[in-house]
Amino acid sequence: MKNLFLIAYLDVKESLRSKWFYVYSVVFGGLMALFFIAGVSDSVVMGFTGLSRMLLIFIQVTIIILPIFILITTVKSISGDRESNVLEYMLSFPVSLKDYYWGKMLGRFLTVFLPVFLPVFLALLLGVVFGLFKGGDLPWRMVFLYSSFLFSLSFVFLGLAFFLSTIVKSTDVALGSSFVVWIIMLAFIDIALMGLMLQNRISDEVIITIAMLNPIEVFRIGAISLFDPELTVIGPVAYYLLDTLGSNLLIIYAIVYPIVIGLILAYFGYIAFRKKDLL
Amino acid sequence: MLVVAKNISKKFMGTKVLDNVSLTINGGDRIAMMGPNGAGKTTLVRAILGFYHIDSGEISVNGFDPVKKRVDVLKNISFIPQLPPPVKLSIEELLMYVERSSGVSKEKIFEESSKMDLDLKSHIKKPFFKLSGGMKQKLLIAIALSKKSSLLIFDEPTANLDPKGREKFYELLTEIDTECSTLFITHRLDEIEGLVNRKIYMDLGKVTEDEKI
Repeated sequence: MKNLFLIAYLDVKESLRSKWFYVYSVVFGGLMALFFIAGVSDSVVMGFTGLSRMLLIFIQVTIIILPIFILITTVKSISGDRESNVLEYMLSFPVSLKDYYWGKMLGRFLTVFLPVFLPVFLALLLGVVFGLFKGGDLPWRMVFLYSSFLFSLSFVFLGLAFFLSTIVKSTDVALGSSFVVWIIMLAFIDIALMGLMLQNRISDEVIITIAMLNPIEVFRIGAISLFDPELTVIGPVAYYLLDTLGSNLLIIYAIVYPIVIGLILAYFGYIAFRKKDLL
Repeated sequence: MLVVAKNISKKFMGTKVLDNVSLTINGGDRIAMMGPNGAGKTTLVRAILGFYHIDSGEISVNGFDPVKKRVDVLKNISFIPQLPPPVKLSIEELLMYVERSSGVSKEKIFEESSKMDLDLKSHIKKPFFKLSGGMKQKLLIAIALSKKSSLLIFDEPTANLDPKGREKFYELLTEIDTECSTLFITHRLDEIEGLVNRKIYMDLGKVTEDEKI
């Protein structure tokens, strides 16, 4: 276990020095800060009433940027080390594969989640200060749930990236395959599903199930439900979803499902790391 | 016996890279392993280090399977790769990794480095990959020699060293405990002739020659 934390610590240190981390922090941290600062209106402290359109744009941007950032920066983690022979040297020391793999994952999770969580934390502080001067309540529930959705979305893509990173031998293929997965997932939010629906060959329930198996769609619906509990933005599908799951279960599903998928993918990645040749 | 490899074979994409190789390394063996490119030398070393799952046969190091018991196996092996990898950790962090994972003291590494005329302290905050080729190689050698191992594996260790660096390196090798075994993968037997007592020649995935010197 001590090696696991050592590897996580060293991975964080290494990431903090790299350029991708700063680009990621500025882009995503800035985006998150904007999200929450925009939510701090004069009339409703940290309230989001009347801002739904803006929030929707933020959610869409998150959906596009967060997964690809995590995939690009993480998918090279093990495949890149393997290609450059760093893995050969680092694993010539008595470190178990379990410690190495999960340590890398823990370290990478901290670095991708930190720029997401810090602006949330700062926005909370800002909200508290606003609250002191102007009165009003902080929407704790919304902040907590939105952070949880981000946590889940980050986690599922981290698991996917580690899975791809271990099963694929070269960085190019790892990057290429992560792009393909990302585009397919984005396509299956709307365009591909609409295509399927228009063909009238597959039942609507199946199409909605496909959509709800897509972690990006799950995040989107969960995030939208925070400021639009009736999900009017997504149209008639909302009735089906709310009738089937109910709003509370929908939120629980939006948090738990991506974490479970992320864990399964990460575990499969670990099995591949153990069972396949390391180099 | 330190390393026992019995009839090991390994294929990569249908090509046999190791073909029924059997080999034993005893305590005190100083081996020069030679052979043309693609002969299977590095694959054999990587199999001993537990990086590859062999297709058939068995390998044991100090009685342990290198894949299943990698921690027990690697506690007693030091390895220097042919080319220093572009590790992004700073030297301080790399030393921390070595110290915590292998129980090697930093002081010992500093000591071995200074024997090779490498002033580590002035570069301690630098990322490892930013050091010059020779400095990187010297540091890897210092780390390997600081770790009290019963088997030292060197894959072309002097490729990046200047003549003076090579001289220092060979000088340090003469100080190694006589019970400790060394395995050099090399193309230049003349350079290490005085340091080895056995030579193994590999070709097309087989050990074609194995003799005491």
